[in-house]
Order: sequence, then C-alpha cells, then structure tokens
Amino acid sequence: MKEKKIILLSCGPFEKEFLGKIALATGTEFNRAVIAEECYLDLAPFYSPGRRQYDGNKLLHHLPECTGREYDKLIGLFKVDIFIPILTFIFGQAVLGEQTAIASVYRLRNELYGMKQDNDLLLSRSIKEVVHELGHTFGLIHCHVSTCVMRSSTYVEDIDQKSSSLCLRCRTLLEEGQK
Amino acid sequence: MAEKISILIVDDEESVRDSLQNWFVEDGYHVECAENAKKALHLLDDREFDIILADIKMPGMDGMEMHRRIKALNRDSIVIIMTAFASVDTAVQALKDGAFDYVTKPFDPDDLSHLIRNAAAQISLRSENEALRRRVTTLEDIDDLIGQSEAISKVLKQIENVAQSSSSVIITGESGTGKELVARAIHSNSSRRYFPLISVHCGALTESLLESELFGHEKGAFTGATFNRKGRFEMADGGTIFLDEIATISPKMQVELLRVLETKSFVRVGGNREITSDFRVICATNRDLLSMVKNGTFREDLYYRLNVVNITIPPLRERVEDIPLLVNHFIKKYCTSMSRDMITIEPAALKHLEHFEFPGNVRELENMIERAIVIGNGKEIKLRDLPMGKEAINSSVESLDELEKRHIEQILVKYGWNVSRSAKALKVDRVTLYNKIRKYDLKQKE
Repeated sequence: MKEKKIILLSCGPFEKEFLGKIALATGTEFNRAVIAEECYLDLAPFYSPGRRQYDGNKLLHHLPECTGREYDKLIGLFKVDIFIPILTFIFGQAVLGEQTAIASVYRLRNELYGMKQDNDLLLSRSIKEVVHELGHTFGLIHCHVSTCVMRSSTYVEDIDQKSSSLCLRCRTLLEEGQK
Repeated sequence: MAEKISILIVDDEESVRDSLQNWFVEDGYHVECAENAKKALHLLDDREFDIILADIKMPGMDGMEMHRRIKALNRDSIVIIMTAFASVDTAVQALKDGAFDYVTKPFDPDDLSHLIRNAAAQISLRSENEALRRRVTTLEDIDDLIGQSEAISKVLKQIENVAQSSSSVIITGESGTGKELVARAIHSNSSRRYFPLISVHCGALTESLLESELFGHEKGAFTGATFNRKGRFEMADGGTIFLDEIATISPKMQVELLRVLETKSFVRVGGNREITSDFRVICATNRDLLSMVKNGTFREDLYYRLNVVNITIPPLRERVEDIPLLVNHFIKKYCTSMSRDMITIEPAALKHLEHFEFPGNVRELENMIERAIVIGNGKEIKLRDLPMGKEAINSSVESLDELEKRHIEQILVKYGWNVSRSAKALKVDRVTLYNKIRKYDLKQKE
C-alpha cells in the first residue's frame, strides 16, 4: 500500500531546523510522514503591484507544479505577504477537501507589529497555521472550540489563543473522514 | 448554527466569488454564487438565502437595483452591499434601501468575520422571535379548551367565527366551565392579540373600587389615591377587556359602562380629561341575564349592547365524552409542571369520573386530577386518590369481613404500620390485630 504523506514545500529561505520542527509537529498531528522539500519558485508572476502583495489564489493553483513527488497533501510555506482579491491579507489558504494549501509566515512575525523578534513564537504560530490549513484539506471546517487549531483566526493574537492540536470533535471528524 | 445559514454571493468577478465562497465554506456556511443580478434573482425565485452579498458594479442590472428587487420580494432578507468604489451617496442610498451593511473591497478578514457573525446573529434572533411568538400564540390558543363532543365543537366554531370581528361577546356558562379560557381564545385569535387582554373580576370589587379600577383615578381623587392610575379600559387600548361576573355590577356602574361602550371614551375618577381607548368587550356570567333584564335588575340597553354574540359553554355533565380527554390533558399538564413521570388513570377511577355530576365543572375535574397526582403513588391514579373514591370504595363493600379488612388496613397505613398504635386506635389488643393481619393477609406496601 502506498504511504500517505504530506509534503511541506519551502517556498522561501527558511532554516532547515525551522522546517523540520514544523514537519515533525504536523506529522504527529495528522499521523502521517511529512517531507520538507525546498522549492525554487519565481514569485514575480504572482506579485500584484497594486496591492504590493502576492496572489494567494494563483499560488495555490500553481503549487502542484512545484514538486515531482507523489503526495497525499501538499502545503507551501511562504515568507511573502499573500492576499486573495476580496481580503486585505490572509495567513493561509486551502480548498476544503482538496490536496493543496498555502501558508505565510509574513504576518506571523512579531516585528511586523512593532514588537521584539520572537523565534519561538513564530515557530509556534507557523505550526498552528500549517496544521490549520492542512485541516481544511482534510475537510475540516472552522471549529468553535477556543483551543482547537481549527478555530478561525483573523488576527495574530487569535492564533496565540489556540493550541496546535485538533479538539476531540475535529479529531473524530478527521478520523471518520479517513476511513 | 453556522451550517444552517445560506449565503448567496453576487459578483461579476470570478476571483471574488471564488475567494468569498472558499472563505465562507471553511466557516461551515452553505454558499452559492451568481455572476450577475439576473442569475441571482433567478436563484432567489427557487429558494431563499439568509444572507446576500452583492457587488454594486455589475454588467446589466447593478447591485443597488437588484437589492431593491430582493427587498420587494422579501423585506426580511439580509443584503450586504460590496463595492470597490465606495462613495457616500451609494452608501447612504444602500442603507436607505434597507441594506444590512455597506462594505468596501477588499475587506479586513476580521471585519468580514464580524459582519457575517452579526448577520447570522440577527437571523438567529429573528427565528427565535418567530418561534417564541408562535409559542405564545399556541399557549394562549384554544389549548385548554379540550374536547371533541358536539357541544364543545360548537363553542370552538363560534370562537373561530367571532374572533375576527370586534363585536361584544357575552359568554355564559356555569361556574368552572372555562369562560375566561374562551375569552382568551377569542382574544388570541383576533387581530388584537398583540395588545393586552385585561381581565376584571367585577364580582370581587365594591362599586367604588370597580369604578376606580375600570376608569382609573387622578391623584387626590379619594383618600389613598396618592398617584395617578390608569384604569383597565385605558390599559386595554388596542386589545380586549374581559369583564367577568358582569351580572354583579350595580345599576350605577351599568349606566357608566353603557356610556363607555357607546363612546369609547371616559374620564378618570377625580379627573376632567376625556380619555379615549379602543377596546373590545367580552363579558362572562353564570347567571341568566335575560331574566335579570325582565325583572329589572340589569339594564336592557346594556344587555343588548353587550349581547351582540352569545357563546354558551355547556356544563361538563352534558359532555361526558370529553372527560377522558380532559383527564389526560390535566395529567399531562400537572405531571409536566410538577416534573414527574407521566402517569395513567385506572379504568375504575375514570369510570367513576364519567358518572360524576361535577357541579364545579372542568375546574373541579382539574383540581381533582391535580390532587390525585400529588397524593397518588406516582404511577397510576387510583379510585382512592379521588375525593369520591373513598365513598365509592366503601359503598362497593358487601361483606362485613371485607369492611373489617379495609378498615384495619386504613388504620395500619394511617399509623405507618405501627401495630401497637393501630391496635390502640382500633381498641383491640395487639394479638387480636396480629391475628386479623394474618387472617386477611395484610401486607405493608413498599
């Protein structure tokens, strides 16, 4: 039987240790092998000069072309600021029940909000964002449990309030969806 | 709640539709899209959406015109107007036309979340309000007027017919037949149902108190009138006033009442300002008003003013077939209010109820059932739980032995099966009582 695996695509200059920690936490949460893979993607075609941001929808559609490996789920991690046409920014994007997702660490950095750099906090937020978007690819919708990673977060403090794990209900739904 | 909310996105830009759809689907909403107003209106012909997000600038019909058409179809629909080119004029116009909100693209994710959450909360409140209104109407409906007999069906039909008019009604019937229930049913089925139903028990008040109660009084009108007070006629404005025991009012009050009914205006006791009030009058009596008119104790002109419609409620003894239904209704009512498991009634007890005269009518039956539930074993209403039960049980005893057995059993139960105390009460020694217990095989019940 083919092993179900998640590819964590590094679409920016991330440290290996940083990616490794995200891969480990994500693998534990979804009980799957997570392979961190580097990708050299030219982001220029995705840049919107009017918004001075990168188009999340276009990145999401393009992402499958960035890997030659077979995968169950694919998530691209970016360092740039991403948007979708209707929203001023997004932390990440996924299509419910599909294979691909994207997430950006741009707005997860403390420095953006005039605060002191905190690498541990950035890692924690990045893990939550990656797990959250991958949760959508597994068909999970936003959850009302305050500590569940699938709780909707529209600003960065929201992310800090929740844990990096699924609540019991979401875990059950995930397991039922995988049967 | 989220999964029940449906959203229609109307925007000519595919990327906007897709982005919004994707965003809302992740929140668990049901989402459909239309690329122009025509398609949106077509979708709205087939089904209703809780929230409609509409762009202003679209080819063909614009979002503002579509919004007006949606509102013409359904005033309660929640429409959020979106635009990339905000202007004060369009914003004001959209809100004047009844838009829920007016937002500029692109949105802050947090603002969008709040917007939809607020809209969803409004929908939830509205449906809750509708459900409560329905519940209140049902509660005040003909809920307690139980029965399938021809006599009660006739009353229900009369209520239905008379409810829609504003005519005065006299309800006649013996005490306890449910005259006030009929008045409530008429009121709650009339167009006045969202206004108050004010009840006045005329028989319980003296002439001067009734006058002050009905017309209100000004401060200082009499000793103890320390403040202005609205009268019942004033309180019933828009609604119904129910005058119970109308036959008991004095000749002076009859004149006053006639004047109010004719002019729908009155002056408070001690006041000089004319007050008008729009009310409907429903009266009730257990006396024969026509005989009172004939013997001169009730004004003929008032009688004819009140007696536009007459509803006579039959006594319970004339609708015996309704007794099982009423019994079940009261069992359900009191078991629910006392938070007890639903119980039944033994056939013998029901049979006795069906043969009872019920001088106090349905009220007496209701009280009997309430009492039986309180004192009963919590599983079944027995004949002995009913007031006429003991008599019925005793009268059914034929042999002296049977009578002795029952009497001993009653005494034992009374003294908690304390043999010494029971023997003392029976004026026999303990050995005799033990022998009797053995003879009649009496056992203490759990």
